[in-house]
Amino acid sequence: MRNRIYCLLLMLGGLFTGNRLFAQSNGTIEDTMRSNDKIYVVMAVCITILAGLLLYLVLIDRKIAKIEDKQ
Amino acid sequence: MRKSWWKILAAVLLIYTFTAGFLIKVPDIGNLKQSSRNLFFHVPMWFGQMILLAASMVYSILYLRKPDLRYDIHAAAFAKTGILMGVLGLLTGAIWATYTWGEPWSNDPKQIAVVIALLIYFAYLVLRNAMPDIDKRAKVSAVYNIFAYFIYIPLIMILPRMVESLHPGGKGVEGNPGLNGNDLDSTMAMVFVPAIIGWTLLGTWISTLNIRLYLIRDKNLINAK
Repeated sequence: MRNRIYCLLLMLGGLFTGNRLFAQSNGTIEDTMRSNDKIYVVMAVCITILAGLLLYLVLIDRKIAKIEDKQ
Repeated sequence: MRKSWWKILAAVLLIYTFTAGFLIKVPDIGNLKQSSRNLFFHVPMWFGQMILLAASMVYSILYLRKPDLRYDIHAAAFAKTGILMGVLGLLTGAIWATYTWGEPWSNDPKQIAVVIALLIYFAYLVLRNAMPDIDKRAKVSAVYNIFAYFIYIPLIMILPRMVESLHPGGKGVEGNPGLNGNDLDSTMAMVFVPAIIGWTLLGTWISTLNIRLYLIRDKNLINAK
């Protein structure tokens, strides 16, 4: 589990630094994010929120399962 | 975590909704412009609410047939998530209306009817908490819940369609910007239908978490039967 969290953090970190590196060299990610009046920024924000909510649900689910197993 | 295929399906469908919902081309309808993408987020709230409240009503009927406290717990949990989705639907609708109808609240028949419906369901929660006797609470709230559902459906499905409404589907809808059946083209349906299933499954997931929590909390009461 811990490994997976580290992986996720690394991926997220990669996304942000990647953007900064590509900012001056017309990278593809940067181009996509800025195209169409930056609507993809909204999309990324929404997906992040959704991912956070789903992760939270999974954690609550695991907590309840643990209590259930103890019963 | 209790692994279930439908929890994964819910996550997959919602991620699909949030991605395709922003990426696909939407038809130009009235003054909606790009905001017609709200179809994938605002409308499924109501579909999800209807399905969750229907599930709640079924459990209330089951309780009246066989007074098992577990049915009552199910009914209450589904109703709570249904109410949550209704409140979210109302709020998102108000945001959408601000930029398409010009104001968050236009006294549209559907807006008024849905607020009445939500108040009826708030009363369900108040009613539950007002009775300390567990068996009496379960029975009375089961009866109330069944009645509430059959008031709720005409309020949001039938009455708004019999009068003029800004919402699609009402009388005189031609003059109003809004989606009607013909405007839902096949690309939008390809996101809309998965969105409904995804949001409903998410609502079910949240409900089951509540159910499992209450089952643990009230296990002495259930076993005492």
